[in-house]
Amino acid sequence: MEFPEELKYTEEHEWVMVEEELAVIGITDFAQDSLGDVVFVELPEVGTFLEAGKAFGVVESVKAVSDIYAPISGTVEEINDDLVDAPEIINTSPYEDGWMIKIRMADAGDADNLMDAEAYQALIAEES
Amino acid sequence: MKKTPLNQIHRELGARMVDFGGWDMPVQYSGVIEEHLVVRQAAGLFDVSHMGEIEVTGPGALAFIQHLTINDAAKLADNQIQYSAFCYPEGGVVDDVTLYRFNERRFLFCVNASNTDKDFAWMQQVLSESAMTDVTLNNRSAEFAQIALQGPKAEEILSSLTDVPLADIVYYHFHEGVVAGVKMIISRTGYTGEDGFELYLPASAAVEVWRRLMATGAPHGLLPIGLGARDTLRLEKGYALYGHELSRDISPLEAGLAWITKLDKLDFVGKAALVKQKADGVQRRRIGLVLQERGVPREGYPIFDGDREVGVVTSGTMSPTLKIGIALALVEPAAAGIDNELQVAVRNRRMGAKVVRPPFVQ
Repeated sequence: MEFPEELKYTEEHEWVMVEEELAVIGITDFAQDSLGDVVFVELPEVGTFLEAGKAFGVVESVKAVSDIYAPISGTVEEINDDLVDAPEIINTSPYEDGWMIKIRMADAGDADNLMDAEAYQALIAEES
Repeated sequence: MKKTPLNQIHRELGARMVDFGGWDMPVQYSGVIEEHLVVRQAAGLFDVSHMGEIEVTGPGALAFIQHLTINDAAKLADNQIQYSAFCYPEGGVVDDVTLYRFNERRFLFCVNASNTDKDFAWMQQVLSESAMTDVTLNNRSAEFAQIALQGPKAEEILSSLTDVPLADIVYYHFHEGVVAGVKMIISRTGYTGEDGFELYLPASAAVEVWRRLMATGAPHGLLPIGLGARDTLRLEKGYALYGHELSRDISPLEAGLAWITKLDKLDFVGKAALVKQKADGVQRRRIGLVLQERGVPREGYPIFDGDREVGVVTSGTMSPTLKIGIALALVEPAAAGIDNELQVAVRNRRMGAKVVRPPFVQ
């Protein structure tokens, strides 16, 4: 399983890539593997304000429904439309083609509170 | 947790294991969708050793079974199998079962794993209340492993491990013969809607037979299949699963099993209640639903006809074959018409769904 060094991570198994005031968000390799085959993704509309810690979408596998939580607050700039018709991309490319949303951060400093790859790996080692 | 004789194999294969009604079972190996599709296109191997096997023997075996079950067991010839059920006197279902007839004095029930103890106790109770003395019940579940080989390549794979003329075993019939050097029951049945076999063999031989089947089947694309795909495969065919489409609170008439409920048979447990239910009309009917937009209907989601709540999803999934959401549901008879447009409440949204007659996949 991969956990790129350049990303930040949450306890709810989202990843965040910060690009100045923008943050790209998806779910981790560990999350997609635990879910199994992803068959449905529900994402917010562009322009929606997301509050850190609140659910902003849903990812469903054959067997399970899972909320996706906003790692940081901000306004949705862009969503990954490809996931609507091909949600399985989340399984095959969780960090790249499987990105979910791009938000404009309310406070760019929020990302500093998230885990780095090492801390996240320690967390999932505990969970599994 | 209870373990089947193949537990170590599942672990070696890296299966994801879950607690399934007290059994430590593989839910998936390579992935539910891949496993599902390989059964439809080639073949899959399932460990179903958790299923229970209860034998009924003695001169009164047939008469007892006629009293116990809702289908007409007198129609069975030797080496034939029948889908049936046990009902409570109130008409709810104790379990749905398959019944194997060896001869007039010897039958075997294959029952749902988590119901085995309940079923055996129920059979003993029905027997003791019947005053029959020439019947013996034997719960042989621990002696048997059960392996299902399912898919269009099943016969070809099995034929290279046995001299039994498999083409002569027609659907819902069985033969006692040797496969991979082991004497077993070769049953042309399954829970996937594909051609295939369910093999009942001594628990001690399970690992060896599994390995031989996998080795023989691998060139044909055979993969091990977990309970996740077992569920999506049966759902696409509209097969009922106990605890979902059937329960103590759901009668076979409501559950779409009128075809195995032989109300013209002499008395059987539950008959009076079922005759009355049929005369009065059922309050709910089992239907199939196909979502009209992308989404996954799941057990417990309410169903609406406009503003009115008319029922509930009993099982649902994203169909791996059709790539759309499908569900089995119980709804008011007035809402159950084929092609009727209903709505499934998927979390905070209502999604359009059309009533169909299962199977969803031919």
